[in-house]
Amino acid sequence: MAKTHVTTIINGEPVEFLCEPQQTLLDVLRDELNLTGSKEGCSSGDCGACTVIVDGNIVCACLMLGAEAEGRNITTVEGIAEGDKLHPVQQKFLEHAALQCGFCTPGFIVAAKALLDHNLNPTEEETRYWLAGNLCRCTGYDKIIRAVLDAAAVMRGENPPSPAA
Amino acid sequence: MPNLSFAAPTSVDEAVKILAGASGMAKMLAGGTDLLVQLRSGRTRPELIVDTKRIPGLIGIREESDRFVIGASTPGVMIYENEALTRAWPGIVEGMDLIGSEQIQGRASLAGNLCNASPAADSVPALIAARATAVIAGPSGRREAPVEAIVTGPGQTSLQKGEFIVEFHVPKPKPHQSDAYLRFIPRTEMDIAVVGCGVNVTLDGNGVCTDARVVLGAVAPTQVIAEEAAAALIGHKLDNDTLSKLDAAAGRACKPISDKRGTIEYRIKVAGVLARRAAAIAFERAAQR
Ligand SMILES: Cc1cc2nc3c(=O)[nH]c(=O)nc-3n(C[C@H](O)[C@H](O)[C@H](O)COP(=O)(O)OP(=O)(O)OC[C@H]3O[C@@H](n4cnc5c(N)ncnc54)[C@H](O)[C@@H]3O)c2cc1C
Ligand code: FES
Ligand code: FES
Repeated sequence: MAKTHVTTIINGEPVEFLCEPQQTLLDVLRDELNLTGSKEGCSSGDCGACTVIVDGNIVCACLMLGAEAEGRNITTVEGIAEGDKLHPVQQKFLEHAALQCGFCTPGFIVAAKALLDHNLNPTEEETRYWLAGNLCRCTGYDKIIRAVLDAAAVMRGENPPSPAA
Repeated sequence: MPNLSFAAPTSVDEAVKILAGASGMAKMLAGGTDLLVQLRSGRTRPELIVDTKRIPGLIGIREESDRFVIGASTPGVMIYENEALTRAWPGIVEGMDLIGSEQIQGRASLAGNLCNASPAADSVPALIAARATAVIAGPSGRREAPVEAIVTGPGQTSLQKGEFIVEFHVPKPKPHQSDAYLRFIPRTEMDIAVVGCGVNVTLDGNGVCTDARVVLGAVAPTQVIAEEAAAALIGHKLDNDTLSKLDAAAGRACKPISDKRGTIEYRIKVAGVLARRAAAIAFERAAQR
């Protein structure tokens, strides 16, 4: 089985890897590159736990081949914070306790960050539709939506009060 | 998957050559949102996967004097962000936009939706209703076929060995022509159509329909062009009598199955209701231009 040699950019860094034709980008991230933040929930595009940003669009890493990554620009959850400084979405997820088991969290963080990159002032309805491809079995979504809307406010330069712990 | 290989050609000719040299089953890859799911489950076992996305023109939307040219692998996100196309054919864009989540929109394409050949494919009815054509490349050169000639049954297409879709041609709307697509699903997002309906109408200055196409999805093994339903519209304004004739004719065009999403009777009923509603939207849009 011929392996494909791939050169790509992941979280701002040039990365090279070898992959087999049927390996998904998610397999490569988790098993070859040790970037285990992206989760495998369903492997069928339904749960969004594997969400990554490829050339500005969110995609399910489980539905993209590793070999397709050649020359792309990829951001995973590991690339959302700037060094030690959490992204506002991450900070607000903590403040709102927008997670329980946390399995869905990386996918939500990446998808929400991409939403706010496109639109700093989403309505609640727009936010819920944008995140419809991310499933959470624990939280009931409400805290997640509040966290994202609050993060948007922070990024607009407003100063929303932190929720009471 | 013992001997799977992957190719990413950078021209149509190179792709045709690679396909001609493939001994076993070759599968074209656009967004992978059907193909990778089927690969994983073992439903398809190709020997070769050919990525279409590095071929120039396969991704992108071009406007020519009398038509739009949509690259076969253009992802949903580029389609709904295209203002000219959205203005010209809101129904085509609605059909594509209904597919999956934002993550799926980042990858899913018209060619993939069509060639996966599901009776419930959401982008297909409005494309057929607009009389779009597919440009196909293959070992004997290029040919053009109406979109309705591609799917021959669930999972089956008329594409010959070594052929693939390069782009779609969609004629620009005439004055007072517009379209709409509606689907029925039991929830608001992330589900497969129980019934889908695309309606494309042209009106005269008085709001009388001069040309129409009504196309139903998920009610037969392939999309159905409901000729009798279109005939019920032509020569009429959208009054109650016309709407009831349309409703009945749309129901008669269905040859559905019963499954977990709906019974035969239910699908026939819903087809009539969706045809009425989609026609109302298409007439209103057409009247406004
Ligand atoms: C979570 C989820 C939700 C979904 N929701 C919907 C929905 O609401 N409505 C709906 O209709 N579909 C839905 N789908 C199915 C799928 O997303 C669509 O059918 C999509 O349009 C497929 O496009 P693609 O580019 O990903 O195709 P791919 O998976 O790349 O290809 C699909 C098929 O088409 C063939 N093909 C691709 N390009 C060409 C070409 N240029 N020439 C010839 N053959 C080609 C491939 O070989 C393959 O057989 C959903 C899928 C998922 C995973
Ligand atoms: S693991 Fe990719 S969507 Fe569930
Ligand atoms: S926190 Fe458990 S799945 Fe979302």
